[in-house]
Amino acid sequence: METPTLTYLNDGHGLASWLLTKDHKRIAILYLVSITAFFAVGGFFALMVRLELLTPAGDLLSSETYNKMFTMHGVVMVFLFLVPSIPATLGNFFIPIMVGAKDLAFPRINLLSWYIYVLAGIFTLYSALSGGVDTGWTFYTPYSTAASNTHVMSAALGVFIAGFSSILTGLNFIVTIHRMRAHGMTWFRLPLFVWAHYATSLIMILGTPVIAITVLLVAAERALHLGIFDPALGGDPVLFQHLFWFYSHPAVYIMILPAMGVVSEIVQAFARKNIFGYSFIAFSSLAIAVIGFLVWGHHLFVSGQSVYAGLIFSFISFLVAIPSAIKVFNWTATIYKGAVSLDAPMLYAIGFIGLFTIGGMTGLFLAAIGLDIHVHDTYFVVAHFHYIMVGGAIMGYLGGLHYWWPKMTGRLYNEPWARVGAIVVFVGFNLTFFPQFIAGYLGMPRRYHAYPPEYQVFNVFSSAGASILAVGYIVPLIYLTYSLFKGRRSPADPWGARGLEWEIPSPPPTANFTVSPVVTHGTHQYAPSKEVGIV
Amino acid sequence: MSDAGAEHYPGPLHTPPVHEEPGVAGHPPHHPQLRHHFDDMDQQAEASTLGMWVFLVTEIMFFGGLFLAYLVYRSAYSTGFQEASNHLNVYWGAANTIVLIVSSLTMALAVRAAQTSAPPKTQVGWIVATMVLGAAFLGVKVVEYTDKFTHHLVPGANFQWTGEHPEAAEIFYSLYFCMTGLHALHMIIGLGIMTVIAIMAWRRQFDASYYTPVEVSGLYWHFVDIVWIFLFPLLYLIGFHYH
Amino acid sequence: MFTNLPFFPQQASVQAGQVDAIYFFMVAVTAFFSLLIATLVVVFAVKYRRRHDDDIGVAIHGSLPLELLWTFVPLVIAMVMFVWGALVFFDLYRSPANAMEIYVVGKQWMWKVQHMEGQREINQLHVPIGRPVKLIMGSEDVLHSYYIPAFRVKADVVPGRYNTMWFTAKKPGEYHLFCAEYCGTKHSGMIGSVIAMEPPDFQAWLSGGRAEDSPVAAGAKLFQDLVCHTCHMGDTQGRGPVLTGVFGKPVQLQGGGTVIADEAYIRESIVNPQAKVVAGYQPIMPTFQGLVTEEQLLQLIAYVRSLSQPGAPVPAGTPKQ
Repeated sequence: METPTLTYLNDGHGLASWLLTKDHKRIAILYLVSITAFFAVGGFFALMVRLELLTPAGDLLSSETYNKMFTMHGVVMVFLFLVPSIPATLGNFFIPIMVGAKDLAFPRINLLSWYIYVLAGIFTLYSALSGGVDTGWTFYTPYSTAASNTHVMSAALGVFIAGFSSILTGLNFIVTIHRMRAHGMTWFRLPLFVWAHYATSLIMILGTPVIAITVLLVAAERALHLGIFDPALGGDPVLFQHLFWFYSHPAVYIMILPAMGVVSEIVQAFARKNIFGYSFIAFSSLAIAVIGFLVWGHHLFVSGQSVYAGLIFSFISFLVAIPSAIKVFNWTATIYKGAVSLDAPMLYAIGFIGLFTIGGMTGLFLAAIGLDIHVHDTYFVVAHFHYIMVGGAIMGYLGGLHYWWPKMTGRLYNEPWARVGAIVVFVGFNLTFFPQFIAGYLGMPRRYHAYPPEYQVFNVFSSAGASILAVGYIVPLIYLTYSLFKGRRSPADPWGARGLEWEIPSPPPTANFTVSPVVTHGTHQYAPSKEVGIV
Repeated sequence: MSDAGAEHYPGPLHTPPVHEEPGVAGHPPHHPQLRHHFDDMDQQAEASTLGMWVFLVTEIMFFGGLFLAYLVYRSAYSTGFQEASNHLNVYWGAANTIVLIVSSLTMALAVRAAQTSAPPKTQVGWIVATMVLGAAFLGVKVVEYTDKFTHHLVPGANFQWTGEHPEAAEIFYSLYFCMTGLHALHMIIGLGIMTVIAIMAWRRQFDASYYTPVEVSGLYWHFVDIVWIFLFPLLYLIGFHYH
Repeated sequence: MFTNLPFFPQQASVQAGQVDAIYFFMVAVTAFFSLLIATLVVVFAVKYRRRHDDDIGVAIHGSLPLELLWTFVPLVIAMVMFVWGALVFFDLYRSPANAMEIYVVGKQWMWKVQHMEGQREINQLHVPIGRPVKLIMGSEDVLHSYYIPAFRVKADVVPGRYNTMWFTAKKPGEYHLFCAEYCGTKHSGMIGSVIAMEPPDFQAWLSGGRAEDSPVAAGAKLFQDLVCHTCHMGDTQGRGPVLTGVFGKPVQLQGGGTVIADEAYIRESIVNPQAKVVAGYQPIMPTFQGLVTEEQLLQLIAYVRSLSQPGAPVPAGTPKQ
């Protein structure tokens, strides 16, 4: 029986030691708990939407309530769950360790970012509980500024505040990756998880301020009747759309790039093989970040923007798909001649690869401007982005959570149950969202409370799938929580993987490393087996 | 790529005066201001300045949204914007521009004072000079805003415009208040930061071995100045002819 | 729920086939690559499964030829899709010159349609088959979007401006009309039908309307009631420009520049007359913002346009019969 060692989990007890911590690992756990809570809130709104849509008539909820349900589902899921999820939990926990540092560059700013996130959540919950907001998460004007009589301002302010949390996280990551790398940790020895977060952070700092000022203008216009977006006062409602999507399109890359980083790590670890095409994947992450800033107009193809603008945005939207395709092929090639073990993280990663391929390719349908005319604002779009965000990002998140769970908690979860959970999620997900492609091409518009009867069969399948998906999410909640109390203790490297994080104890000590590591080669070098560095 | 990635490692760029704690058992001596997750003062200073630069990039994007809206509406309503701009007092605007430029000078001198280990009195003097100029800027803005209020040029229910392009004028003044208001808010925050820096300087915390807070505050202050340099001609000088 | 189950929308317009063609191509490409990747991943995961706990994979770092292959092949396919989509779009976007024009106004939560011959409709749109129809659309309040899935066409309806879209119906029948831009409480109730009819049936339906309901007649009456004719007279003595023969032609503006006198310019000149003043005239026209509804604006535009139609130059101020 070993004497208990000092880890970041037992280094200081009591609420204050957690709420005033500067340790990036504790902050990651704070985020993990709050993000899970908001996922449940967003999931509740989704369940309300899918329950209503079981029948064509709007018979479960009133129109106003339904409109609030889909709006708040979007606002909570995008701003309070997807954007922070992987960066603020897994990124916060592992980026310092992966670069060989003791903490992020600015630990107190890290803690501040969590408090700002919680404040944003409180604003959003307030707007939900005091009557809700019904503008759609996209807040299009002039409905949001002049016509809606719901709590637009508090929701807009919640989004504004959440943006600052995101900006501070991105800022911290960029400075850390530039300045805190250990001796010998060159850029091209960094794990691909770090590259992915670097690209993500670039988007966070460049894009988020734009939506911040945009929602601030919406709030100001609503409060003071300014007229910037109101055509009755000479304003232009389409200007709002440009400003909104300038961030919100890159935002989807904020949501997917970290998940791609997770998949790169998992595929290498569970095929026990270094990644095929390291620099191609690294540069693809940067390419996605840069090109992703140039495509926002594809959300405005039917708004009446100029034909030439439309063509340019369509062209660049096709270009942005190429780096993602490169990654998918490289991941597949990594599995070739590997030594594969289909543990739960690998099941999630493989699920990601398949579902992201479908989701990404259906994005091409939307980039083809002549075809987008028909499918814009239909369930085809809804299916497309859920394939990426749920089939992609959330499966990446769950995969990463499982992969690094033993490191973060020092406990092993129940692997058979985890595989069951992964399969239930995969089946439930496809049943929920695949029928929506068909309904969308058939013409079912999105954000519809009631719909013509011929769309019902697709909606019934979709809602049935949603209930299975919900079970799929509850199963990990149960066994992961159980493992905290009853799980077997984990060794430093339960998976036989390679990386700085697997060379320190599970869970790690507060300072991560007893001595600053000296790095001699990149991660995931399995043959002949050797550690990344000397710790 | 070679091992040159470890940029933070080479020795100090200058020889700082020795400011180290007496060695404690197991705890090597280091500068009292060194945070323990950094290896040395150079790494800490470089991280802090990079952090501030990254933050300023976010600020550029933040103001950028407003500048974009300005661009769109100025090209749509060029005559109306010109007409509306004529009701702004160019002399107050020019005075404020000079005030801010001088305040950037005093700020740079404050950084230099800390960098060269000047006496705390000198450091605090330059910081306070910067603050006085900043406060003067805000005072002028109060005067201008009050004037707009009395002349019913604040957009909203009480906006009244007797000229030819009322819609354009209201949009101009919406942008005027949003942009200069956001800028003024940043000035106020800047004054708060300067207060903290002044107190720290008074307490002898800054010298050649550690002056990063002054340096990054200086970067912030210069940024706020530069935003005004753009705001002034775009808002005040449209179609301005000196008589 | 399972009777008459459609899996695919009808192709009820001439354009629908083109849109479906690129759709099927993209479905085929997506299916191909999804199945390819899924199969490869599953096959590799099974074939190269770990047999012993300490097995490791083969150290392969990459292959430039493969990278170039799977960069350029997707790029070429993407460019094919882009060009094809753009060509379909050009066709959807450019309406033929002889298209029959119909005015549409969207408001929370209904669609109001005005045929030039006088018929008005609420939440319905009757059109003849085989003839291009161009919709000129405005909004009274917030964003809406006019969507006819069976025709594969959609365009947002934006307050403060006009958007247009066109189609040629090819199959008689009744098709869904949806609002496709979220517009508030009864967004999902802002639906109706597009009824395509054989030309003789359509003519018969049209003549059920009364001639004096025509937008041109209504516009002529408004022109009088709002005393436009006191400045915009039939000769050049008026304080405002002559409007006969003006529609569709370039107009010289104060301060240089020209603009085509289309629907958008006429609308702007009524609600924001100082924006683009005609060269040689004083900026004295009062604004009618808030004094005329979107429908009345369309009627005034129809009237002004009628003054440019061949065979009908009537001095402004005389109501047309």
